[in-house]
Amino acid sequence: MSQKAIKLLGGSRPVDKNSAITVSIVVALFAVIEVLKGTGHISNLLSGLLVPICMYITLAVSLNLVVGILGELSLGHAGFMCVGAYASALFSLVTKEAIPMTWLRFLLAFLIGGAVAAVFGLLIGIPVLRLKGDYLAIVTLAFGEIIKNLVTILHLGVDKHGLHFSTESVAALRLAEDGRILIKGALGITGVPKSSTFEIGFVIVMITLLVSLNLVRSAKGRAIMAIRDNRIAAESVGINITTYKLFVFSLSAFFAGLAGVLYSHNLATLTANTNNFGYNMSISILLLVVLGGVGSIRGSVIAAIILTALPELLRGLSDYRMLIYSILLIVIMLFNASPKLVALRERVSPKNLIKRKKAQKEVQANV
Amino acid sequence: MQFLSFLISGLSLGSVYALIALGYTMVYGIAKMLNFAHGDVIMVGAYIIYVVSTMQGLPVWVGILASVLGCTALGMLIERLAYKPLRGAQSLAVLITAIGVSYFLQNAALLIFGSSPKSFSSIINRKPIRLFSGDLVISWEAILTLSVSILIMIALTVFISKSKQGKAMRAVSEDRAAAQLMGINVNRTITLTFAIGSALAAVAGILLCSSYPTLTPYTGAMPGIKAFTAAVFGGIGSIPGAMLGGVLIGIIQMLANGYISTQLSDAIVFAVLIIVLLVKPTGLLGKKINEKV
Repeated sequence: MSQKAIKLLGGSRPVDKNSAITVSIVVALFAVIEVLKGTGHISNLLSGLLVPICMYITLAVSLNLVVGILGELSLGHAGFMCVGAYASALFSLVTKEAIPMTWLRFLLAFLIGGAVAAVFGLLIGIPVLRLKGDYLAIVTLAFGEIIKNLVTILHLGVDKHGLHFSTESVAALRLAEDGRILIKGALGITGVPKSSTFEIGFVIVMITLLVSLNLVRSAKGRAIMAIRDNRIAAESVGINITTYKLFVFSLSAFFAGLAGVLYSHNLATLTANTNNFGYNMSISILLLVVLGGVGSIRGSVIAAIILTALPELLRGLSDYRMLIYSILLIVIMLFNASPKLVALRERVSPKNLIKRKKAQKEVQANV
Repeated sequence: MQFLSFLISGLSLGSVYALIALGYTMVYGIAKMLNFAHGDVIMVGAYIIYVVSTMQGLPVWVGILASVLGCTALGMLIERLAYKPLRGAQSLAVLITAIGVSYFLQNAALLIFGSSPKSFSSIINRKPIRLFSGDLVISWEAILTLSVSILIMIALTVFISKSKQGKAMRAVSEDRAAAQLMGINVNRTITLTFAIGSALAAVAGILLCSSYPTLTPYTGAMPGIKAFTAAVFGGIGSIPGAMLGGVLIGIIQMLANGYISTQLSDAIVFAVLIIVLLVKPTGLLGKKINEKV
């Protein structure tokens, strides 16, 4: 590992308490689940949720870099995930025979998925980051929708003459007899090896987590947060805003791409629709970030775990599940953010009650 | 001839978008929030007229009235219960609450009506007009949509610029604190804005489902996003901008649909939006905000 990579993973920096707690929570949970898995105490339902939970943690933490650390609202995070998922699925499909070692193929798939997503992040970031606030939000949403839309109509095949692609139908590919269809438009990609496991998901989560936690505490991270808190002041002390914004945007896209790789290698058929790569997904990721606390990486992790498991835990309520979920969402937001309720909570919280009593006693003692 | 027919359907779809976009833009201008649940109010409006007129068999005008009144009440209720407690909170918190409301409306409709699409019967039953010996077919729905939308837009413009309440709305969107000092009831003005926006959404829902007669709990989602796009396109917060943006988005979508690809029309609409925003970062008619250092 190069010196730079070690630095990025936090090798040479003293450990701070907050990050250590976050990392230990994740490691402890991993250990508990591994033990439960080993002793066969885990239900089918839960074991099916393990990879999605890893994916959602990665997505939430990476979006939090943009929303919480950089302070820009992005509604197109699922688009980057989509790019990563498709690029890596295509790679794994093509090299299924050429690279027999699963670990090597999967490692390369991760690198490719992440890299392609990061390039997209950079390409989209260059024009988009000129905009501000709600305008930036709508443009990221638009980009996410465009990516999803283009992927849905893409047909790709390969034969001895090379790659063929079309936006209309499989027949329009005009493949030779030995040709192979890779992407079938709205029917997506079939036959991607199911290589995603909970352990690999855990590794991806750890990489995302360590890089993000260290970024926040590094000089780079402080510069980025300075941009968030006061752009003009940051600019006037010589922080290059565009570079930092692009850096965060593409780093976040890279991790979203990794999550996409996890996703695409966990399914028999990969297709793109509104719920997995469209704006609904982007919104769901944003929900995790906001409920976990904007800017809090530990919050994102916890919210991702709870909220991915919640709809499954509520499964007993069958039809009312999503209705209750939406009501819970509104109530949580009101409870958390309403100025009146926040003031009320502060008044009745035990910490403040003790403080107030102390103050009263002091007043009495002084009298 | 083909071009003309695409243009007319684009104008009709665009004026529906404009009606929805007006709701977005007015609420944004006054409450400074993106009301993501606005699209789903359209769906509720369409379901109300479906229940009243198609299922119960009452006359269409009763259905329209019920739909408009129902949505107005719904809009005010949502504002009172979900958004008012969050006044002064972070804008992201309000955004997520709006998304929660949107999920709630969709899932409530899903529980009541099921996921199978209902076929919506148009509010007018007339054969389309054929011009130029059948080369150009104009549906009555398109004519009705266009004329109703134009009437509403004129009425709204007059209301906003001339009436006392309209002036209050403009004052609140300009500077909330100053408006309050001048004796304007800010809370009532915000509620009024939600009421008007939701009534417009009901009308848009009825018109939309008359032209595209399938009704599901998710009917409002995509038009909602398109209208939101339209509002940003024209410059969010600007009322003429929302009208212009809505009509342009509708025309672009229909032309892309007709000449390029039906599957790509959404992507093209969004691509045009991106290009416009890159050239004019605050939309077509949006105000340029100067930063103070």
